[in-house]
Amino acid sequence: MFKIRSTYWLVAGLVSLVVAGCSTQTESYRHFGNSALSTTKKTETLVAVAPPPFTDGVFPCSTSECHKPTTKVNKVPHDVVFHADIELHHDEKNRWCLDCHDTANRNFLHLADGRLVDFKESYRLCGQCHGPVLRAWKAGEHGKRTGSWSGAKEYRLCVSCHDPHAPHFKPLKPERPPIHQEMIK
Amino acid sequence: MNDPTDISPAAAEPQELGTSRREFIIGTFYALAAAALASGCAADQLALDEFVQKHFKDLTPDELKKTIARMEKKYWEEYGANIKINATPPIPGVLYGYALDLSRCIGCRRCVYGCIEENNQSRNPSTPWITVLEMDKEGGVDLANADAFYDHEQVPAPGKFYMPVACQHCENPPCVKVCPVEATWKEPDGIVVIDYNWCIGCRCCITACPYGARHFNWSTPIIPKDQINTNTEYLGNRPRPRGVVEKCTWCIHRVRKGQYPKCVEVCPVGARKFGNLLDPESEIRYILENKRVLILKEELNTQPKFFYYYGL
Repeated sequence: MFKIRSTYWLVAGLVSLVVAGCSTQTESYRHFGNSALSTTKKTETLVAVAPPPFTDGVFPCSTSECHKPTTKVNKVPHDVVFHADIELHHDEKNRWCLDCHDTANRNFLHLADGRLVDFKESYRLCGQCHGPVLRAWKAGEHGKRTGSWSGAKEYRLCVSCHDPHAPHFKPLKPERPPIHQEMIK
Repeated sequence: MNDPTDISPAAAEPQELGTSRREFIIGTFYALAAAALASGCAADQLALDEFVQKHFKDLTPDELKKTIARMEKKYWEEYGANIKINATPPIPGVLYGYALDLSRCIGCRRCVYGCIEENNQSRNPSTPWITVLEMDKEGGVDLANADAFYDHEQVPAPGKFYMPVACQHCENPPCVKVCPVEATWKEPDGIVVIDYNWCIGCRCCITACPYGARHFNWSTPIIPKDQINTNTEYLGNRPRPRGVVEKCTWCIHRVRKGQYPKCVEVCPVGARKFGNLLDPESEIRYILENKRVLILKEELNTQPKFFYYYGL
């Protein structure tokens, strides 16, 4: 029993070290990311990325009862009882929750190599598979931007427009059609 | 005068009245003007000022200020809104360009109605500046078989793609060439504008435009008072009178202050891109250099600054 407990503490210690290391790395990457964005235009003084679109009251996940660090996790892909509102339609045959969400720290995502990624920088995760789109997004070709064409712009995260669990755009009801010119009285 | 072969109306007119037609007309004009001045009626004075107003380019700064003040007063009486008219000059070293990603656009017409609200367009009758064309994916860009009046429950409809068309802001604009009174011209920053007070409503430009981008105010525009955009530009989105032509100005009142046009901001899929063609680091230049772009009716040599492209 004692042996198991000591192993647990050892693992927990290691995990916290990794998390601390990665979060500082995340910080530095954020600067890198922003400078990479701002080099697309020298005069840009401010690049703001919209906050991630969380459902109210679910984040941060680690403080909830569900995802306490002590909870034992079954890492084998399986149907989960909770988050039933999420239907995965994003290469669901090959992927599942923990391919993006970090098992040890639910407040973060992780890249394929295990590095943690803040939800605010989820585009790094998306860019692993969608590299050309990430490049186009950084250049301003892909994705919506608002603000100033000559200065500060607001970018959107990939997930601001694409539901990460089902990224295909949902059809919209169009606004009403114009009237025929000959109908104008 | 007594030449029997002279059959002109002047010769046929009775001469015993002692005054020629020319004298009579000039006299009447002065009498009316004097009456308007003498009566002290503000409305008449405004009408007279409007009647003798110069072309926008000929106005001195002082005259422009007075003209704008007069217009703002008139708008207040007409719409009950404190409409502010600016005459923002073009930014030096800027030539605007626009790009639209045809593989993104879903034909939702959010841009059409965003534009109507932003640019004080008439709600009834509605002549929107942006027309969204629906075409078959199989047929490609085929303007002859495009449908602007599609009305689906949901878009994009299967097998269709969408192409919004508005003013292409040509570098070689045929509409400008045909205007008999020079009421429309291309600004140094590339925006094709109209002086609504100088336009005589002949609609030559409408027929000259190969893109159907110009629209005529057949009746007095109706805009609900609470929906008026009070931030306006003289050559842009100030409310237009009946009988003049209007069109997209790339939101001149926004872009000359550094903002994106409204359609860029309301597009839910981010298909619309705008920027300075002379800035090699702008989004628009990235698109021109890295994507295959197309312009509409290239063979007409209108040289549009509105580019369509296929994104990822």
